[in-house]
Amino acid sequence: MLRQTPLHPRTGALCQAQNWRRWAGHVVASSYELQPDREYHAIRSAAALIDVSPLFKYRVVGPGAAHLLDRMVTRDVSRCRVGQVMYTPWCDPAGKVIDDGTVSRLDEDLFRLTSGEPNLRWLHLNADGLDVTIEDESDSVAALSLQGPLSREVLTSAADPGVDDLRFFRLREATIAAVPVTITRTGYTGDLGYEIWVDADRAVEVWDAVMEAGGPYGITPTGLLAMDIARIEAGLLLISVDYVSANQALVPSQLSSPLELGLGWTVKFGKQKFVGREALARESEQGPEWLLRGLDIDWESLERVYAEFGLPPQLPSVAWRTSVPVYSNGKQVGYATSGCWSPLLKKYVAMTHLRAPHAEPGTPLSMEVTAEHHRRRADATVVKTPFFNPERKRA
Amino acid sequence: MPDRAARRYDVIVVGGGHNGLVNAAYLARAGRRVLVLERRHVLGGAAVTEEVYPGFQYSVCSYVVSLLRPEIIRDLELASYGLEILPLESTFTPMANGDYLVRWADHDQTRRELYRHSPRDAEAYDLFGRLMYKMAFAVKPILQMVPPDPTSFSPRDLLGLSRLGKHFAGLEREEFAALYKLMTMSAADYLDEWFETEVLKSTMSASGIIGTFLGPRSPGTAYVLLHHYMGEIDGAFRAWGFARGGTGSVSMAIARAAESHGVEIRTEAPVERILAEGGRATGVVLENGDEIRAPVVVSALDPKLTFLKLVDSADLPEDFMSALRRFKIRGSSGKVNLALDGLPDFRSLPGVGPHLRGAMSISPSIDYLERAYDDAKYGEFSRQPYMDIVIPSMIDPAMAPPGKHVMSIFVQYAPYALNGGWNDARREEFGDTVIDTLAEHAPNIRDIILHRQVLTPADMETEFGLTEGNIFHGELSLHQLFFLRPTPAWADYRSPIRGLYQCGSGTHPGGGITGAPGRLAAQAILRDRNR
Repeated sequence: MLRQTPLHPRTGALCQAQNWRRWAGHVVASSYELQPDREYHAIRSAAALIDVSPLFKYRVVGPGAAHLLDRMVTRDVSRCRVGQVMYTPWCDPAGKVIDDGTVSRLDEDLFRLTSGEPNLRWLHLNADGLDVTIEDESDSVAALSLQGPLSREVLTSAADPGVDDLRFFRLREATIAAVPVTITRTGYTGDLGYEIWVDADRAVEVWDAVMEAGGPYGITPTGLLAMDIARIEAGLLLISVDYVSANQALVPSQLSSPLELGLGWTVKFGKQKFVGREALARESEQGPEWLLRGLDIDWESLERVYAEFGLPPQLPSVAWRTSVPVYSNGKQVGYATSGCWSPLLKKYVAMTHLRAPHAEPGTPLSMEVTAEHHRRRADATVVKTPFFNPERKRA
Repeated sequence: MPDRAARRYDVIVVGGGHNGLVNAAYLARAGRRVLVLERRHVLGGAAVTEEVYPGFQYSVCSYVVSLLRPEIIRDLELASYGLEILPLESTFTPMANGDYLVRWADHDQTRRELYRHSPRDAEAYDLFGRLMYKMAFAVKPILQMVPPDPTSFSPRDLLGLSRLGKHFAGLEREEFAALYKLMTMSAADYLDEWFETEVLKSTMSASGIIGTFLGPRSPGTAYVLLHHYMGEIDGAFRAWGFARGGTGSVSMAIARAAESHGVEIRTEAPVERILAEGGRATGVVLENGDEIRAPVVVSALDPKLTFLKLVDSADLPEDFMSALRRFKIRGSSGKVNLALDGLPDFRSLPGVGPHLRGAMSISPSIDYLERAYDDAKYGEFSRQPYMDIVIPSMIDPAMAPPGKHVMSIFVQYAPYALNGGWNDARREEFGDTVIDTLAEHAPNIRDIILHRQVLTPADMETEFGLTEGNIFHGELSLHQLFFLRPTPAWADYRSPIRGLYQCGSGTHPGGGITGAPGRLAAQAILRDRNR
């Protein structure tokens, strides 16, 4: 049987839509209400509570913990202070991305690593010769993501101490309803938001307390469909959708380096050693062959495409994640891996892999659109991600 | 009779097993007039369903369909002739300590189950699967080609060799290293490089020893691991399955397809001799004395039976005869079929559950398997044998009366050359050993048996014409594959007698219900039409 998350006693009762998605062997709500619109707007205008417990989580402890993570990921973990969180990818020796996630430094010798796919084996392989223990806490720790402009008020009201002074990508130990939790100012929406990490067997108490505190702020249980739109607007990558893990790629062309994924800023060549360094240094010198960019699909062009069939543009109401060809002057120069209509920006946007010469922001391209069963191309412009980046995210 | 005797055939196929029928169907499809002669009263050879006990359909010998070539299903339109393959959903292995391991059809479920035994193996399993998938894709062209003779300078062989060379040159370093290891290592050693869970390694390695006279620690057994991933690259979502109606229905579907192309099939028509004149095949003589002539004779029987029994050795060159005598065809397995009044109740996973819909593997550890092999090495059947068990009626209820079941137990090892030889008493003793071993894991088994059929390698030889009871017409070990199957220089389905061809499992790519030898042989025959 598919597993339920520790929060299922609550999410199961709330899910009116009975709309579930499988995530890492668990069932999680795609949307709670019959339409996900309100949940999306909770992320952008109020406070949304999302069950993200299926994330893989590893506790890395010991004198060698910092060394292990520093050796494994591309960011410089030696510069990660206690109480700090870093987003980072990690690579195979050929410099191709295996996975991405966050490293939280809970104490000098204590870290938590989160990831989209299992990484226990990779952690162990990299821990050879180091004084470190690795504990898989994917099942024993639940995770609640509280996202939205009012999430700070909600959490300051629910948690002790509050989070008024918790900065972007910092963490704090606190209690919620007397349950010890770790709060990180992180998320997968590109908005002001927090993630709450708690023992699985007390997760329901924390859910209840946050829901209660959030009542006056319009807190809304939110599913993955709404989060998917928010993360595309924020230009955040999704493994197995926007890139293929080096562990799963069947042919070299499926592999991506962090430089190609627009994660060059996370690759710290100042470090003397990390997995994939030599390959990435070479690639960095020559410049990556591909670049992940945003694509802004021109509305007027969409209108023209659909006008041929006597229709206004018909766009999907939820994010899509099928690969779609992207062209320059009739020649394919890339592919879009996920996209959506942004209800906030009133734009049709997509995450797109482009051959480097065509990746300059402002470059005019076109993307395939299927209009009334016919293939057409709509004009589009290369843009930098994120598509949406509110000040409140970092403020 | 005169009518029939006067009739001319282009081709006579000796043996109505699945490969013989595939061969006949392809030849008839290309316009040849084909006659198939089967010794028994039923078609299918070792792929046969028989109602041995009233109301219960036994897949008497071969019991699962693994690698039946999808192009054969398409070309011969087998679905429209009744072929339906139902997925085998899982592999369940009860362990000695009361625990168990199940590999389910679902990825998440399998990961979770493996994680219970070893978190690291749960991840390694995916990586292993990906490598095997890539390897299967890399090796597939080899299985689909007529093996070129590496010592020949004929254009066809050179072309084949150059294609092969290009193919290997295209492998990534990781793949080439893996291929080399798979060809040289034992299944146990190779799996040791990947996994720490004993029961996972033993169950996976069991697939490397089926049908061989080798143990999981014998070099070369790693290669067969690859075969389990072969089906996945052909669009088969799950490679292993049951044919609805038993494995005999595979043969029947092929027979009907063959008949639709005009093939004539005779059962109870045992062939006494294959005739040759001046180094050329001319026809066959039946045991009843009838002589039937045709310019092409194809034997679907194993190489030893074909060339050492049915052909006059005076017509064959000595080097070919010596190579054939060296060809290893030692039978190593037996089969027990049961009619059951109910379902087995496993101590480690009690009750009726989805684990009974898949394979049940009695392979608790590598040591267990290797000890089972030890017994066989010295001429005894295993006191604690490896068993691969399925309950076809769980998936295809029509195989047994409502509420009742049929169970198929593949048992290894049971050496053909048993000390003192096989007889009725030893057969029953062997059957008892199988039931005793199963009862250790499912104690209720004894109480629910309505009927038991035990087949020893000796029975398989007498009943089904499998020399020494070898289910694959010759061991599937590396020294007997590809351009060496069955003998050097004659791995291209031809033989030293012009017009006499081979199309059985003793030829490339070997045994199992694949149909591949039958099809490739038909291609070779059609290519030779002007010879």
